[in-house]
Amino acid sequence: MALESGMLRDMLRTMVLIRRFEDKLTELSTFKGEFPGLALLCTGQEAVAVGACAALKKDDLIISNHRSHGHLIAKGADPKPLMAEIYGKRTGYCKGKSGTLHIAVPEIGAPCTTTVVGGGIPIAVGCAFSAQYRGTNQVTLCFFGDGAANEGSFHEAINLASVWRLPVVFLCENNCYAAAQHLRDQFNIDNISARATGYGVPGVSVDGNDVEAVYEAASAAVARAREGEGPSLIEARTYRWRGHFEAMDHQLYQPEAERDAWKRRCPIQRLKRQLLNAGALTEEVFGQMEAWARDKVEAAVEYARKSPVPEPREALEDMYAST
Amino acid sequence: MRTLGMGQAINEALREEMRRDEKVFLAGEGVGVGLHGDDPFFPTYGLLDEFGRKRVKDTPVSEAAIAGLAVGAAATGLRPVVEILFFPFITIAMDQIVNHAAKLRYLSGGKSSFPLVVRTMSGAGFAAGTQHSHNLEAWLAHTPGLKVLMPATPKDAKGLLKSAIRDDDPVIFIEDMLLYYVQGEVPEGEYTIPLGQAEVKRPGEDITVVTWSKTLGTVLAAAARLNQEGISLEVVDLRTLVPLDKRLILESVAKTGRLMVVHEACLTGGFGGEVAAVVAEEGFAHLKAPIKRVAGKDIPVPFSPPLERFSIPQEEDVVLAARTMMCH
Repeated sequence: MALESGMLRDMLRTMVLIRRFEDKLTELSTFKGEFPGLALLCTGQEAVAVGACAALKKDDLIISNHRSHGHLIAKGADPKPLMAEIYGKRTGYCKGKSGTLHIAVPEIGAPCTTTVVGGGIPIAVGCAFSAQYRGTNQVTLCFFGDGAANEGSFHEAINLASVWRLPVVFLCENNCYAAAQHLRDQFNIDNISARATGYGVPGVSVDGNDVEAVYEAASAAVARAREGEGPSLIEARTYRWRGHFEAMDHQLYQPEAERDAWKRRCPIQRLKRQLLNAGALTEEVFGQMEAWARDKVEAAVEYARKSPVPEPREALEDMYAST
Repeated sequence: MRTLGMGQAINEALREEMRRDEKVFLAGEGVGVGLHGDDPFFPTYGLLDEFGRKRVKDTPVSEAAIAGLAVGAAATGLRPVVEILFFPFITIAMDQIVNHAAKLRYLSGGKSSFPLVVRTMSGAGFAAGTQHSHNLEAWLAHTPGLKVLMPATPKDAKGLLKSAIRDDDPVIFIEDMLLYYVQGEVPEGEYTIPLGQAEVKRPGEDITVVTWSKTLGTVLAAAARLNQEGISLEVVDLRTLVPLDKRLILESVAKTGRLMVVHEACLTGGFGGEVAAVVAEEGFAHLKAPIKRVAGKDIPVPFSPPLERFSIPQEEDVVLAARTMMCH
C-alpha cells in the first residue's frame, strides 16, 4: 500500500519536529543546569511514534512510557507545555509534578504514562475494556519497549486482552537495549512478536525505521481492534541513538559501529530520500520543515524558561478527587 | 582514616564477601553491565570484571523473577544478593518478598532458611519523580520474617552489608543514591557491624532525635545550628529498622525526656509511628513533652525541585520542631 504523498509529508514533518525537540534537549542537557533531572530521548525512533499515531483517530488513546516525547508529539501534544513540564514549571502538562518520566495528557488521548517498565500495559487493557464496555469504538494503542516484554505485566495483560477480545494494540518499540542490556541478554528468541502466538494473538515484526511499514501494521491492528476482533502485537524494530537518559549515560555498552550502522538507517533521511526521488518533496520544502520545527522548539524552550516554577504549597494540591 | 562514598563502601562489602564465600552471587538489572558501569561511586562497579558472569548475573527487566530467583537459590544452598534498582519497583517483587521470603521459613517449622539480601536504592532529591523516589521501608518493616537495614554512612553501609550477607535470614538493604556521593570515614581492614544496633551519632541532653538514612545529615545540620541556641540534640541513627534497638532508644529518652523522629518517607503509616508507639508504651514515664514526628508530606514526591524540597524534611523543619518541643 503506497501512502498518499501529502500524508507522507505530514509524517516527515512530525518526525522532523520530534527530532528537533529531542536534539534540543541533548543540547540543553542537565549538566548545563537548564532543566532539572534527566531527559529520556527517542532520538532515532521517530518513525515508530509517527507511523503508529497516524493510524489512530483523534479520540483513540495511547499509553506511553518513560520515553514519551515522540509518542506525545505524534499524538498531538503542544511542545510548549511539554517542554514546560520537562523544565518542572507550573505551566507544564502536569504542573511540574511529573517531569519527563510520566507525562499524562488526557486532553489529547494520552491518559496515562508511567515509567515503571511494563506498568502501562495492563492500564492499556483497562482503557480498551472501558471502550468496549461503553461501546465507544475507541482503540487503545500501548507503547512499550523490549525490556517491558519480560515483565509479568506484559504477559498477563496480553492474555487478558486476548481472552476478552479487547480493542487494544500492543506496540513493542524494540530499540535493542533495556537500559544497558542488549537484546541477547534479555531474550532467547529472535522476534518478540513471536510471543503473540502464545496468547492467541496475531503478531508481526516490522522495520521500525520505515514509517510506512509501521503505519501499515498499526492500521491493520487498529482495524482489527475496532471491528471487535481483539488485540494484536506489533514489534517495531528500531534503535536508540542516545543513551538511556541524557546526560549521565556514556553509552559504553553501545558499540560505536553498531550505532553508526543504525544512524545510516535514519527514519527521517529514509523518508526524505524516498519523497525526493518520487518528486513529492524538494530540498527547499524540507528546509522549510526544518525551519518550522526549529522555530516551534525554540518557542517551546522560551516558553518553558519564562514560565514560573510552582509555589511549594502547590505540592499539596491534586491529591484526591474528593475529600 | 580514608573516606569513601556509600556506593564505594558497598562495593567493598560485596567484593569482600564474594571473595570470602563462593556461594554469594549477585543478580539484578545492570549489576554487571550497567548504565553506571564507568562510575566508581556506584556499588557494582568492576564486580563483573573480577567475578565473571557466573557470579554477577544481569537479568531481564523482571523484578518478580529476580526476587523469586533469590528465594529459590537461598533455599538450596546459595547466598543471593539481588538488586531491585529503584525502591518503587520493589512493588513488582513484593509477592516473592512478602509471601515467600518472609514466610516460608516459619511455614516450614524452621526447617528451611532463606539467607538472601535484597538491595535497593531510593531517596528523593535528584528530580527523578515519585516512581523513582519513594521510601517504602515501612512496608518491609511491617512484614514479620524480614530484617530491614537502612544505613546512613559509608562505614555503616559496609559493615552492615557484610553482616547481612552472612545473616541466614532474608534482609532488605536500603541505600540512598545521593549518599553514594557523600564521603565518610571507612576503616581499613575487616570489620562488620551487627544487625539490630542503633548508634548515637551525636550525644546530647535535650531531645532524642531518632532517624535513619539521608535525614541523618539533615538532623546533624540542625543539631549544629540548635547547639548555638543552647538546645542539645542526641541524634540516634537506627541503622537497622527491624529488629529495632528499643533498648538504646529508651535509654536515650530516659536521659532527655523528649523524642523526635525524622524520616524522609511520608508521615502517615511511616516507621516513625512505630518508634513513637514504642516510646509512648514503654518510656512514657520519662516523657516531658509530646512526641513529634518530622517526615515527608503525604504526597507522591513531586518532580519540580521547589515542590520536591517541600515534600521532604528540611533542616528548618527539624529546627522548628525542636524549638517547639523545648517549650515543654
